[in-house]
Amino acid sequence: MIPAPVEYTRAGSAEEAISLLTEHGDEAKLLAGGHSLLPMMKLRLATPAQLIDVGRIDELRYINADNGQVAIGALTRHTELEHSDVLAEACPLLKHVASVVGDPSVRHRGTLGGTLAHADPASDLPAAILALGGTLVAQGPNGRREIAATDFFTSYFESVLAADEMLVEVRVPSGGGGWNYQKFNRRAQDWAIVGVVVADAGKGIALVNMGATPLRATGVEAALAGGASAADAAAVAAEGTSPVEDGNADATYRSHLTRVLTERALNAAR
Amino acid sequence: MKLTLTVNGTTHTSEVEPRTLLVHHLRDNLGLTGTNIGCDTSSCGACTVHFEGQSVKSCTMLAVQADGGEITTIEGLAGQAQEAGISTGDQDWHPMQEAFHQCHGLQCGYCTPGMVMAATSLLDENPDADERGVREGLEGNLCRCTGYHNIVKAVLQAKGGA
Amino acid sequence: MTAVMGTPMLRKEDGKLLTGESKFVDDIHVPGELWMGMVRSPHAHATITSIETSGALAMPGVHAVHTGADLAEMGLWIAPLPCAWPVTDDMLNPPHFPVASGDVHHVGEIVAVVLADSRYRAADAIDEVIVHYDTLPAAVSVADARDGDVHAHADLDTNRAFRWELIPDPDAVEAAFAGADHVVSGNFVQQRLIPMAMEPRGVLAVPSPHGDDITLYSATQVPHILKVMAAATTGIPEQNIRVIAPAVGGGFGAKLNINPDEILAITLAKKLGRAVRWTESRSEAAGSTHQGRGQLQHIELAADSDGKLRGVRVHLDADMGAYMMLITPGVPLLGSFLYTGVYDVPAFGFVCEGYFTNMTPTDAYRGAGRPEASYAIERAMDLLALEIGVGPDEIRRRNYINGGEAFENHEAASTLIFDSGHYGPSLDRALEMAGYDGLRTEQARRREAGETVQLGIGLCTYVEICGLAPSRALGGLNYGAGGWEHATVRMLPTGKVEVVSGSTPHGQGHETSWSQIIADKMGISPYDVTVLHSDTAISPLGLDTYGSRSLAVGGVAIAMAADKVIEKARLIAAHQFEAAPEDVQFENGAFSVAGSPGTTVHIQELGFAAFTAHDLPDGIEPNLQEQVSFDPPNFAFPFGTHVAVVEVDEATGRVELIDYVAVDDCGNQVNPLIVEGQLHGGIVQGVAQALYEEAVYDEYGNITNPSMMDYLVPSPTEVPSMKLDYTTTPSTTNPLGVKGVGEAGTIGSAAAVINAVCDALSPHGISDMEMPASPKRVWNAINRASGNGEGGAS
Repeated sequence: MIPAPVEYTRAGSAEEAISLLTEHGDEAKLLAGGHSLLPMMKLRLATPAQLIDVGRIDELRYINADNGQVAIGALTRHTELEHSDVLAEACPLLKHVASVVGDPSVRHRGTLGGTLAHADPASDLPAAILALGGTLVAQGPNGRREIAATDFFTSYFESVLAADEMLVEVRVPSGGGGWNYQKFNRRAQDWAIVGVVVADAGKGIALVNMGATPLRATGVEAALAGGASAADAAAVAAEGTSPVEDGNADATYRSHLTRVLTERALNAAR
Repeated sequence: MKLTLTVNGTTHTSEVEPRTLLVHHLRDNLGLTGTNIGCDTSSCGACTVHFEGQSVKSCTMLAVQADGGEITTIEGLAGQAQEAGISTGDQDWHPMQEAFHQCHGLQCGYCTPGMVMAATSLLDENPDADERGVREGLEGNLCRCTGYHNIVKAVLQAKGGA
Repeated sequence: MTAVMGTPMLRKEDGKLLTGESKFVDDIHVPGELWMGMVRSPHAHATITSIETSGALAMPGVHAVHTGADLAEMGLWIAPLPCAWPVTDDMLNPPHFPVASGDVHHVGEIVAVVLADSRYRAADAIDEVIVHYDTLPAAVSVADARDGDVHAHADLDTNRAFRWELIPDPDAVEAAFAGADHVVSGNFVQQRLIPMAMEPRGVLAVPSPHGDDITLYSATQVPHILKVMAAATTGIPEQNIRVIAPAVGGGFGAKLNINPDEILAITLAKKLGRAVRWTESRSEAAGSTHQGRGQLQHIELAADSDGKLRGVRVHLDADMGAYMMLITPGVPLLGSFLYTGVYDVPAFGFVCEGYFTNMTPTDAYRGAGRPEASYAIERAMDLLALEIGVGPDEIRRRNYINGGEAFENHEAASTLIFDSGHYGPSLDRALEMAGYDGLRTEQARRREAGETVQLGIGLCTYVEICGLAPSRALGGLNYGAGGWEHATVRMLPTGKVEVVSGSTPHGQGHETSWSQIIADKMGISPYDVTVLHSDTAISPLGLDTYGSRSLAVGGVAIAMAADKVIEKARLIAAHQFEAAPEDVQFENGAFSVAGSPGTTVHIQELGFAAFTAHDLPDGIEPNLQEQVSFDPPNFAFPFGTHVAVVEVDEATGRVELIDYVAVDDCGNQVNPLIVEGQLHGGIVQGVAQALYEEAVYDEYGNITNPSMMDYLVPSPTEVPSMKLDYTTTPSTTNPLGVKGVGEAGTIGSAAAVINAVCDALSPHGISDMEMPASPKRVWNAINRASGNGEGGAS
C-alpha cells in the first residue's frame, strides 16, 4: 500500500504543467488534490513515472459569477465550493453537491478539475456539472478550448482530454430553477451506489453511477418538457443506462433506485 | 528530493523519495508517531493531521505536496492551544483533548489522534455543529471501540466549552 | 476515603493516547531492523510449482527472500502453528506452517517472505517475486464444503473436521418435540466478519546482542499464551522468549492468535541476529488475520399451545476456514450452551459440524460463538411469537427462567449452572425507556397510512457466558489450557502500590479499573496505584484478555491479592500495636485496635516498615507483596434486554437504525463509565453485523471487499446515540459479584436489529432477513413477498 517509485515536479503555472506533460508524454500524470490518483498509486493500479503537481497553481483557484454564469478555476477545492458565498447565490446546487463528496478531509484536498478529469462515473461533481449543462475549459500546447460537459466524458475514467491538456476552468450557468441531489449510499463517506442530480427544475438531470460515464437522463427531461408528472417522468429514468453490477447493487436494483431517486429529486426540486 | 516542513512549529528539512507519503514522513523520518495508519484507502481517518489549518488524511498526500507548508499533528495540538490561550484542564490540553477525556471518548486510542484532529477542524469549519453536524463532520473517521456515542458527546462538549 | 469502586473515574490511560505519546508496535524502532514483506497466494487452492526470487534479490536494500521450502529446510520451526482446542479426539487438523510449501489453501496464505531494509523496499520487492501455481478446485463456502465434491485439502478425503454433540438427554429432546403443539424452525446465516481492529496487527522481534534471548513486540491480546506457543512452535526455550504487547489498538478477538508473522519474526530475527518486523496493511488483513462468525444455523423450538418452550434443538455447520488456528474449532462450542437463551427449557440438543473451506481461517471475534447463539434463539423466539400470535415481549415473559423473577444457581438443560439472573426487570425497563407502546401506536399509524417508511421494533433478551475461566470446565471441553488469572499486588517502600496484572488490556481501561479495585480494598488513592501489564518479563504469569474475562477473573485475582497484602499488613500493625492480630481492625486504609480508635497506622506507612524489616513480627518475611492465581468455580452469566428501532424505506430497502435502548446487567460495576463505553462499542459491532458488514468471497475464493472502502465498518453517520440503563444482579461466582461486559453489547444487538427489520416488514409476510440487511437484500425481499418478479436473488 505504498506507491511505486515516481519522479515529481511542481508546476508553477498551467503553461509549465502543459510543457511538462508534452515533455513526458504518457509517462506523466497531473497531480492536483491527489485524492483520486494517490489511492490508485498506493494500490499500484496506477504507476506513473512522473507526477506533475499542479496543486499550487493558485491562479486556477477562483469562483466568479458574472454575466449569468459562474466560472470556477479547475484547482478550486471541494471545500471552497462547499463554503462559497458566490455559489450560495449563483449555483447552490453545486455548493450542495460539493458538500457531500467523500468526507471533510477529502474535500479539503480534492479539486473540481481533478474529479472531472478523473472521470469516475460514480463521482458526484461530474454529474452535477453535466446536469447544469456546464462547459469545461481545457488548455493544451495550442491554447484553450471549450468542451461541453455533455461531450467531455467518454468511458470509465476516460474523457476527451488529450494527454497534453489540463482542465483550467469550469463554467456553469447561474440562477435557474429548483434543484436537488439524491445520493444513495450505505455510509456517508462512500461513493454513490446511485445518484440523481436535478438542476433547473428538471431541465437538466444527470445520473451518477448508471453507466460508463455520468449520464444525462434525457428521457426524463423530455417527458417533463412534455408536461409529464414527476412520477411519470421518473419512470423512464433508467432507460438507456448501462449500470454496473457490484456487491451493492445489480442492474435491476440500480435501475429501480434511479427511478425512485429521480422522482424524489424532482419532487424536492419543485 | 529536498523537503522543508514546519511541523508543530518546528521547521524540518529532509531528503525524501518523492513517493513518500506524508504520514510515513511524519512517523518514520520525523519520529512523530502519534499519527496512526488504520487503512490503505483513505477511509478511516486515523492519519488525520492539519495542513495549513485544515484536516487532511496524511496517507493520501505525498510529503512533497506539503513542501513549505505548516502541519500540526496530535503532538502539537496542546501546544497550539496553549499558544492560543484556549488550553484547559489539569493537563493544559486542547479543549478537544480534555473533552475526549472527560466524556470517555476513547478506548484503545488508536483512532483518537485522527479523530481529535478531525474534530477540531470540524468545529473550526462549523462552530455551531449540532449532533447531526458532528456526526457528518466525522464521517471520514472510523472508530471500532466507542460506537461514536461518547466521541460525539465529547465534540459537542468541546464546542460548548471552547 | 470515599468509595471508588462503582464510580465513573476518568481513565488513567487517556493522557498518553490523547497526546500521541503511546507507542504501538509500528511506533517502535530499533537500529538495523529488517522489514518483512509477505508474498501471498492469489489463489484459494493451488499447488506452488516454482518461485523465482532472483528479481527481488537483485533489488537495492533487499536482504533475503525465503520460500516456504527454504524455511522448512532451515529448520526454523519444530511444529506447525498451534490449535489449542482439539474439540474431539478425532478432529482433523492439517498442518499449518507460517509459510506454505506445496499447496496453498486460502487467498492470502504466505508463500514467501522478503527481508528488506525499509518498508518501502519490502513493498517493492514483493512485486518482484514471481510464483507459479497449478490451481486446484476450491471450496469457497461452508455449504459447498459440506455438500460438494471439492476438498479444501487435497490430501484429506473429507472437509468435515469434526462432529461435536451436546445432548445431555436425547430421549427428553425426542419427547419434547414429539409432544409439542407447535414447532418452529429457523435457518440463519452468520456471515463471515472481518474484525478490523483500528490498529492493524504488527510485530517486531529483537534479538539480544549477546546470548539467545528474543524480545517480541506484538499487537496481541495474548502475550502470555504467545510466549508459550512460540516456544512450542519454534523450539526456542521458553525462558529465552519475552513477549511485549505495547499499546494495542483494539483486538476484538482478532489479536488472540498465534500468527505466521509472529513466528517468522522470532525465528528470522534469531537466525539473522537482526531485528525483524512487519506491519499488516489493512487490505492484507483479510487474508493475514482470522475472521469471525461463519456459521449456518438450524434451530428448532418445541412449544406448548401457549408458547411455553418444551425443547430446543440446534444443528450448526461451522466454517473453519483453511486451517485450525488457536481456538478455531472451539468458537462454536462457546456458543453451544447458550442456544436456550434466558429461557426455561427442559430439553436441549446441540450438534456442531466443523468444515474446512479454502478461505481465511475463522476464530474468535467479539462474542465468539455467543452472539451467534443469542441471534438464533432470539430470532426463533420472534418466530414462535408469530406462530402463537402473541407479542415478542409476551413470548419472552412466558419463558424466562423462574418466570422472570430473581434466581441463583439455575441448572440449564445444557448442564451449565447460571450463577444468577433476574430477567423480567430488564425487559420492563427497556420497554419503558424505548416508549414501546408509543412506538407500536406509531407503527400502526404508518401501516394504516401506507407510508413508504415503515417502523420496526425489535427485542432481544440475551444471556452470555463470560469470565472464561474455570479450568476444569475448559479441560472438560478439551481446551488445551486453564482459565485462571494471576495477579501480584505489592506495596512499595513509599506506600505506593504496584499491581501486576496477568490480563492484558487493549482499550478496556484495566489501569483505571484495577486502580479502583485496589483503592477500594486498601483505602488509598487510585492515583497511588500503578498497573503493570502486557510484558512477560514484568508479568510472567497470566492468561490474557478475551471472552470478557478480565474483571471476573483477573480483577478478582487483584482484589484477592490486595486482601492478602492487607492481612500481612495487619500482622505488622498488630506487632506495632502490641495487640493480637484478631483485635486489629482495618478501615479506610488505617489499622487500629478495637476499642482504641485513637491509635492508628495507615497501610501505606507499613510499606516502609515491611521494606526496612527492622522490626517485623517473628516469622514474617520482609516486603508487602502477595500473589493470587484465581480460578473461579463457575462462569458468570451477564444478561440484558435490548430494543432496536428501525425505519425501513420500502421504496429503496434502506434500513436506518433510529433508536437503541439497552438495559444490561453485568453484576456489580467497578467503573460505570467504562461499562458504558464497552456497551456502546459492542452494540455498534452487532449493529454492523446486522446491517453493514460481511466478508464477501467470490467463486474463486477471493475476498471482494478487503479494504475499509468496501467492507462497511459503520461511520458516525450510520448509528444513533444510544440509551443505556442497568439492573444489578451480583454474580455468585466471585467475591466481587462482577460478571463482565466486553462482549455483551454485541451479543444483544444483532438479534435486536434484525428482529426490528423483520417486525417492520411483517405485513409483507416477511419473517426473516439475512444479515447484513443491505438495501438491496431488503428491497429484493419486499419485491419477492409482493409477488413482483423484479426482485432477484438476495
